[in-house]
Amino acid sequence: MSFLKIASAHKAYKTPEGGLIHALDDVSLDVRNNEFLTLLGPSGCGKTTLLKCIAGFEDIDSGEISFEEQSLKGVPAHRRPFNTVFQSYALFPHLSIANNVGYGLDVTGVAKGERNKRVEEALELVGLAGFGSREPKQLSGGQQQRVALARSLVLKPRVLLLDEPLSALDRKMRENMQIELKNLQHSVGITFVFVTHDQEEALAMSDRIAVVANGKVQQLAAPTEIYDEPANEFVANFVGTSNIFSGKVVAKDGALLTIETANQRQVLATSDRFGRGDHVELVLRPEHLKLAPSGNGIPESCIDGTVEASVFVGSDLHLHVDVGKGRTAIVHHRHNRGDDGERIEAGTSVKLYYSPNAAHLIKAIGR
Amino acid sequence: MTSSDTILKRKRRSLILLLAPFTVMLSVFFLVPLGIMMVYSFLEPGLYGGVEWNWYPYNYGRIIGWPLNDYEEFEPIYLKIFLNSLQIAIMTVIGTFVICYPAAFWVSRMQGAKKNLALFMITLPFFANLLVRIYAWLLLLRPTGFFNTVLQSAGLIIEPLDLLFTNFSVIIGMVYILTPFMFLPIYANVEKLDYSMVRASQDLGANPLQTFRRVILPLTAPGIIGGSVIVFIPALGNFIVPSFLGGSKVQMTGNLIERSFLQSRDWPFGAALALLIMASVVVLVVFQLSRQAKAEARGVS
Repeated sequence: MSFLKIASAHKAYKTPEGGLIHALDDVSLDVRNNEFLTLLGPSGCGKTTLLKCIAGFEDIDSGEISFEEQSLKGVPAHRRPFNTVFQSYALFPHLSIANNVGYGLDVTGVAKGERNKRVEEALELVGLAGFGSREPKQLSGGQQQRVALARSLVLKPRVLLLDEPLSALDRKMRENMQIELKNLQHSVGITFVFVTHDQEEALAMSDRIAVVANGKVQQLAAPTEIYDEPANEFVANFVGTSNIFSGKVVAKDGALLTIETANQRQVLATSDRFGRGDHVELVLRPEHLKLAPSGNGIPESCIDGTVEASVFVGSDLHLHVDVGKGRTAIVHHRHNRGDDGERIEAGTSVKLYYSPNAAHLIKAIGR
Repeated sequence: MTSSDTILKRKRRSLILLLAPFTVMLSVFFLVPLGIMMVYSFLEPGLYGGVEWNWYPYNYGRIIGWPLNDYEEFEPIYLKIFLNSLQIAIMTVIGTFVICYPAAFWVSRMQGAKKNLALFMITLPFFANLLVRIYAWLLLLRPTGFFNTVLQSAGLIIEPLDLLFTNFSVIIGMVYILTPFMFLPIYANVEKLDYSMVRASQDLGANPLQTFRRVILPLTAPGIIGGSVIVFIPALGNFIVPSFLGGSKVQMTGNLIERSFLQSRDWPFGAALALLIMASVVVLVVFQLSRQAKAEARGVS
């Protein structure tokens, strides 16, 4: 039995100028029970719209959203077994923390004794035991965030929808909350659908990520797969940094392909999905480009170029390398303590090596 | 002397200068007359107007029930008129609220130019003379006026209804002139109502009625209370509307005061009436402010 299923959902908005914006353009998505699914995409890509449609704040124009085989069409938000954690937290300013958390229990008529017990438990779960009598405005952003979580979790929803809940927190706090949220999801065993535009956040927390852009799901896969095998150029660029070179397969030897790039270089890649004559995009992650051959006997590909800029970021040295015809490749060179002597100045000629296994190929569009 | 002292002193001096005109105006044109009224209300009315400088608490006695026997008589009519004024003022508050609350939501959801137009329309009546506006209601409500003519020609009534010179007509007039005063505070509050609160309430399982009662109403309460106070006070002491639309049948305390001062030339009695109204308003407002202060201390703004 499918759990939460979105099938060919469409939704369009009218702009004030009279145009149409397709917020959801044929979105199909199967959310599995008990998973941490992240909707990742740039702002305005439709991910929040999708969340609102699941929550019941907005209706889809066509298509279907169903939960355990039951269509949710016409089911108002307050009758859906989902709860939302809002980006702004949306705590009720006129109620105490305990009454905020107990709100959902109060309106659904849960008996006083059980209500109080569950409120206590929920506050304990998010580490705010004893905060019940305080007011929302007396709490820090992170604490308000936890109250918002407790307020939803106390109702034991089947699915918890989280709309960029960490975006208002500072970096340190955000990283802590990422771990906590993931652990929380694990311990309460509730499906989380998490919306974010932050790819690091998505990679760190999710069981699966749906990359959304232009109202479409670009790729739905586990974080490692999204990173290692992006389905298209958009995903390759949006998740992590990518060096992308267009080219054509000119030779094939088993799984080892030789690709001729636009600037007449021959490079190697392994793939069994492409053959001679295919037009491809070669995706290389910056950390896979090395300044020296590995020397372990595996045939390596080599690109030469000139350093345009080098930026030291602490753990890495980021090099911007001109590889000809105005193309710039980005290289993340691991920094070791005491490496100071080998500073790489702009203008230095370098050779970039990579193992063909590290290269990912995607089908070139429009050829 | 440190420099921070001088800055503080300078700040205090400029504050005093800034507040001076207001303070002078308030004391000369409000506190002093108020004091005079207070004194007069305890003096004996002169035979031909003016006052005799004798201690005379019976002005109040006439109104609330311990008259100087065989000279001034206790007239329950004054209390009745006061209670009627109170009733009319409360009905006015309710009437303006019923009109303004939904309208405020409606206007707050409008976009740009449309919203500004709506706000302009609400303040538009202020541009016309008050007397003209009230007189217009006289023409609408009288036996041969618009409403009766329409109802009669539609065959719904045979005899014209007694619309004019009733509590009803006075309340209509009051609601009409005081609506903007109720609307603006409510609108200011509704405008900044965070709709994510409403969403959160729905999301947590509250049906529309529960959401309204538990979230929307408490969050807009400050505007409702503010509007009610601003409408209640002028409604309670109003004398223009009842003198036009109430005729001789509907008397409000405002008319009584006007008559005491201008026609019977019984200034002490008029002063006593005015102070009683003021006292009841002050009690009400202080009660409200202290409640609001408590609510704010609890974290509601």
